[in-house]
Amino acid sequence: MEPITTFSANAAALPTANVDTDQIIPAKYLKVTDKSGLAKGLFEAWRYLPDGSLNPDFVLNRPETAGAQILIAGDNFGCGSSREHAPWALTSYGIKAVISTSFADIFRSNSLKNGLLPIVVDAETYHELVSICEEDPTVELTVDLATQRLMLPGGRAVGFPIDGFSKHCLLNGVDELGFILSAEDAVAAYEAGAPRTVNTQG
Amino acid sequence: MSTPQTLFDKVWNAHLVRPETPDTPAVLYIDLHLIHEVTSPQAFTELRRRGIKVRRPDRTLATMDHSTPTTPRNSLGIIPVIDPQAINQLDQLRANCAEFGIPLFELGSANQGIVHVIGPEQGLTQPGLTIVCGDSHTSTHGAFGALGFGIGTSEVGHVFATQCLLQRKAKTCAVRVDGRLNPGVTAKDIILAIIAKYGIGAGTGYVFEYCGEAIRALSMEERMTICNMSIEGGARAGMVAPDDTTFEYVAGRPFAPQGADFEAAVARWRTLPTDDGATFDHELTLNANELVPMITYGTNPGMGIPITGVIPLPEELPDAAARQTLDKALAYMALEPGKTLLGHPIDVVFIGSCTNSRISDLRQAAQFLAGRKIAAGVRVMVVPGSQQVKAQAEREGLDEVFKAAGAEWREAGCSACLGMNDDKVPPGKYALSTSNRNFVGRQGPGARTLLASPLTAAATAVTGVVTDPRTMLDSL
Ligand code: SF4
Repeated sequence: MEPITTFSANAAALPTANVDTDQIIPAKYLKVTDKSGLAKGLFEAWRYLPDGSLNPDFVLNRPETAGAQILIAGDNFGCGSSREHAPWALTSYGIKAVISTSFADIFRSNSLKNGLLPIVVDAETYHELVSICEEDPTVELTVDLATQRLMLPGGRAVGFPIDGFSKHCLLNGVDELGFILSAEDAVAAYEAGAPRTVNTQG
Repeated sequence: MSTPQTLFDKVWNAHLVRPETPDTPAVLYIDLHLIHEVTSPQAFTELRRRGIKVRRPDRTLATMDHSTPTTPRNSLGIIPVIDPQAINQLDQLRANCAEFGIPLFELGSANQGIVHVIGPEQGLTQPGLTIVCGDSHTSTHGAFGALGFGIGTSEVGHVFATQCLLQRKAKTCAVRVDGRLNPGVTAKDIILAIIAKYGIGAGTGYVFEYCGEAIRALSMEERMTICNMSIEGGARAGMVAPDDTTFEYVAGRPFAPQGADFEAAVARWRTLPTDDGATFDHELTLNANELVPMITYGTNPGMGIPITGVIPLPEELPDAAARQTLDKALAYMALEPGKTLLGHPIDVVFIGSCTNSRISDLRQAAQFLAGRKIAAGVRVMVVPGSQQVKAQAEREGLDEVFKAAGAEWREAGCSACLGMNDDKVPPGKYALSTSNRNFVGRQGPGARTLLASPLTAAATAVTGVVTDPRTMLDSL
């Protein structure tokens, strides 16, 4: 995974609450056995018209926000299915961070493993960000992971929380699997002492 | 005396390979890893890339359920798969399981079925276990007092490689359901009512523990229906303390401990329930006495009302965001605020999914359909959750009841719960569905889903319009 540090990018507002992972990437795109074709299916029902052409009214299709790398979305973003295809679709489209007032647990966990930053802000900041984007769709925000700050135009900085371990992994491009593999001795010791409860082969 | 603990605390603590610290999450041991064709292939690719084996294939089990067709078998007894992408996904699962030594319940074989139906029916799902699957409805297994939760594909890879996950401990929330269910009201109505009352984000960050008189009175299959939809309330896991109902259900199943081992296991399981005096971080409540059948009108599972109620008016909602959500949802559903759903025409009735496809669900539906015909113009799909459920239903003659009524009796799988196999609801059509999600396009592009219980589904199948099942109870 590429390390994340500081980046500045255009932000697009999708002020809808409870965006579920079926909206982020519909089930028909889940038939792949790799990660191909997911960017095309991102927000399919909103991004395309019934005839398959781009919906000019959808925020990511407007010329000013077409290259947005930050998404500002309503409460409880990423609820529903556990499909990791959702952060894969977002990152392969080019999104690096989603800002919301809250994220569904599994989506947040999946995002952090794919270098997609779930940034939680309070309701006031969220509304401010949405109006900033509406006033100036070309607006750029800066995300500084090391100091856990989001820089708004005009210089205001807003802090955001992130689990220390996830932050360490993102900043250094460390993958979690390597970390668990290093606990091998502890895993073996645990297995030696735990009751044998499951055997799918017998 | 040691500090009183909740059921969740006990299961969590018993699986700590390493406790969490401020800097690092806990390393949590996973007893059982269930996999299916959709969320596993990229994890196998990662194992191969790194040259790692599956650490415990004997704690791993694969099934085929999501992209599989449920079309009745051909003359050779084979369920034909036509979609090339589905064929590829199923082939890859076969190859991956063979390469890594993982047992597989092959499409159409005697034990295949929806991943959350087969674990319990095989006796693999047991109290006190940690159970994961790349699937959010892994919460279902919590009905046994296990800690079951959905994970992403990266985490599927972690469990393959290490049989462990990195986790921060969740907060606990008691969901107390007092009272007794009235006739015609089911476990599905309990969970739909909880989600309608508290919202789909209420459980974020929490593990639910369902408790109270109404929960104690439920069968295991009913408890599974409730735990299944914990994720629709935002909770990654939902648990019920194991009791005699649980032990009786597990006893004698193929992968359950047998004989003296079973007795020893029950003795361990009896120590799992939450201790007196243990505290929860939060509590939600519901009174079962007052409950009536529930139905959803919108595009998330929290948009539910008593079937005798009306769709909310925008002005009753607390804020602009909620009003906007309602407007959008009703535009998609082509429904009007302030109106009842009773009498609304339905095009498709789907009885199935990991929420409501077990034998007791099919028996309930069959009660209403016995000796009756489904309404003209309505397509009714009955999809058993597993081949075992299907075989049991056929032993009881339920298949004949469904077919005589004009319903389709299909092979086991996820089917029309999600629009990724051949079973879809056509655009603009209304489906009364016993599944768990009514998201935009969930059952097919443009499909309009109303979620309800198997009883409501069966009553509606007979009339062709949304029907309160209590109006048909007298005729049983
Ligand atoms: S039945 Fe539906 S919710 Fe259950 S596992 Fe299958 S697709 Fe998921």
